Amino acid sequence: MINLLVCIIVLPALMGIISYFIQCNGIRRTFWLLTAILHFLLSLKAALMAPYLAPTLWIGIDALSTIFLPLSSLLFLMVTLYGIGYVKREPVEQQNDQEIGGLYQNTPESIFTGSLLLFLSAMSLAILSQHLGLQWMAIEATTLSSAPLIYYHRSKTSLEAAWKYLILCSVGIAVALMGIFFIGLALPRGIGDLTLSIILQHSGQVNTKWMEVAFILMLVGYGTKMGLAPLHNWLPDAHSEAPSPVSALLSGALLNCALLGILRIQQINAAAGMASFGQGLMVIFGLLSMGVAGIFLLGQTDYKRMLAYSSVEHMGIITLGFGIGGLGAFGALLHVINHSLIKSPLFMTAGNIHSRFHTKSALKINGLMKVLPASGILWLAGFFAIVGTPPFGSFISEFTILFAGISSKLWWVNGLFGFFLILAFIGMTGVFLKMSFGKTDAPPDKEHSISVLPAGILLLLALVLGIWIPGWLSNIINLAVQMLGNGAG
Amino acid sequence: MNALAVLLILSCLLILGSSRPRVAIQVVAVQGIFLGLLPILRSWEHLTAGIWIVGISGLVFKGILLPWLMQNVLQRTGIQKETAPYVSFGTSLLLGIVLLALSAWIAVNLQLPADASPVLTAMAMFLVLVGLFLMMSRRKAIMQTLAYLVMENGVYALGVSISLEFPYLVELGILLDIFVGVFLMGNLLFHLDRELQHTDVDKMTELSDLQTISSEPGRDA
Repeated sequence: MINLLVCIIVLPALMGIISYFIQCNGIRRTFWLLTAILHFLLSLKAALMAPYLAPTLWIGIDALSTIFLPLSSLLFLMVTLYGIGYVKREPVEQQNDQEIGGLYQNTPESIFTGSLLLFLSAMSLAILSQHLGLQWMAIEATTLSSAPLIYYHRSKTSLEAAWKYLILCSVGIAVALMGIFFIGLALPRGIGDLTLSIILQHSGQVNTKWMEVAFILMLVGYGTKMGLAPLHNWLPDAHSEAPSPVSALLSGALLNCALLGILRIQQINAAAGMASFGQGLMVIFGLLSMGVAGIFLLGQTDYKRMLAYSSVEHMGIITLGFGIGGLGAFGALLHVINHSLIKSPLFMTAGNIHSRFHTKSALKINGLMKVLPASGILWLAGFFAIVGTPPFGSFISEFTILFAGISSKLWWVNGLFGFFLILAFIGMTGVFLKMSFGKTDAPPDKEHSISVLPAGILLLLALVLGIWIPGWLSNIINLAVQMLGNGAG
Repeated sequence: MNALAVLLILSCLLILGSSRPRVAIQVVAVQGIFLGLLPILRSWEHLTAGIWIVGISGLVFKGILLPWLMQNVLQRTGIQKETAPYVSFGTSLLLGIVLLALSAWIAVNLQLPADASPVLTAMAMFLVLVGLFLMMSRRKAIMQTLAYLVMENGVYALGVSISLEFPYLVELGILLDIFVGVFLMGNLLFHLDRELQHTDVDKMTELSDLQTISSEPGRDA
């Protein structure tokens, strides 16, 4: 088992380093695709073999990682299929684009692919690590490996975005490291080992005051990386300036890794009998993120920024769900899956739209359904999915969280939750509908199946989850909810 | 060891009052060397191989490699001095003393366990606070990178002061992360200098949504 997990982490890292040195595009892309497929298969195998016992080593797979690992790996595979076509289309020579501040030249493809594979490795490590220090290191490594990806276009705006991303996330994560040290302080003297299983063993004797300080620091630190308001400033910039395959990964997979960092400490909180302290803070942060995102979604005309703010909103929904706890946590974990399955295809479709229209402004785009029929349908379906209309999975998960709030009699929380959902709905409806329909003279374009198929598959999965949640999935989610302190009510 | 803590505190005050990135880098280098010595001195009586590795690698990374990297960036970009910080150098120094008092107050009131040193903890807190303050009050991107280093030094010192030892592999990983982080920041700095002909963070406003709202037609119109 442990060998398998090490393989999952080391394989993409090794391939990534090799990719930096391969000059031939064809070979490098084959390597990229092979790594993605192999990683996905290995992740599936690990998930199927997962013993669901609390791991005792530094890395291990438990119910939480069983949810996150195959999900990230699936997204990476789809992004790979899409991304190979994307980099093929991207010209090598210098280009001029007034919208992003004049001349720019793309990063060499070898650096792009190498960083992407290292990014996958860092994410896998962040998901599988059972040692708080190791997890911190992995999450910081995800920041570092994704910064060059954001700077792919080497334009002024992407430079600004990458700088903000690097500085804000590094500072945020340094705060989280302080939090980890405080957990060390909270433990009885002489333990000094931050492996999760050992902390959980001694959770009865922790100093609760220190734990509270530690939780606040880690929530703020990892919350920065997860895009929780008011620390979300970097997110719309980074997600809108990054090339579309990268945005799809950032929104769909990377935010989840930071969320997992917060969940790990909530796990300790729950074991120490202070789950409600953490939950209260998570409710506040969740609602705040939803509110801020809702406000910025109103009148947003840059469609990639709109998707980015929508990510802030959904991270808020997820945090709120964990804050409500019990059934809410069940809904939140389901929503993690749904959000990833929906937001990634939306970003990929946004990439298709951008390469046809060469603008990020929704005001200049009309009649997608006519010009790009396949992407148009995906764009519209993705819109219905992201705002949570049935029969998409996001409806079920949002409704579960709402229902959990009602049964816990959290009226004001529910009221705000509903209000912010409507706010986001209003903000996005106009843009999506105008882009999809509207009059246009542009002739229809043929689209490569490879640029729409991956997005289609992911959206289809989200649709399936809305109609039918397999028994094994709800079992795993229930197990994960129990780890966070309370069984599904 | 307390003497080291005092020296570290003084070094922070020096950074607060200095307008030249070159001086600040040298001070950060000295800080790194002190910090590398800290875990070794702290457990002088019962030294293990792990502590040696952590201390020496900290010293090499923080005291030599990182400052060397920064010095390199400085030479390549030719960034001059910080001319107009948001908070003037004199005020920065005064605020630094306030921050010092604050961190001493925190350390005294924390009810630290018996084996954690309050002086070291106060110093660590001070470093973190100064790092955050520099991050907010300086205009030049290179000073922000240095601020990040100071803050990271503080977090490191905090780990030492409460004598929490990570396995040295993790410790090395963390150092490597910071190294790569500063390397990337340096790289971006170089590009910033070339693309924008400036490294002033306050001029990076192309991506702000608040601006889009305040200026009527909006960025995209």
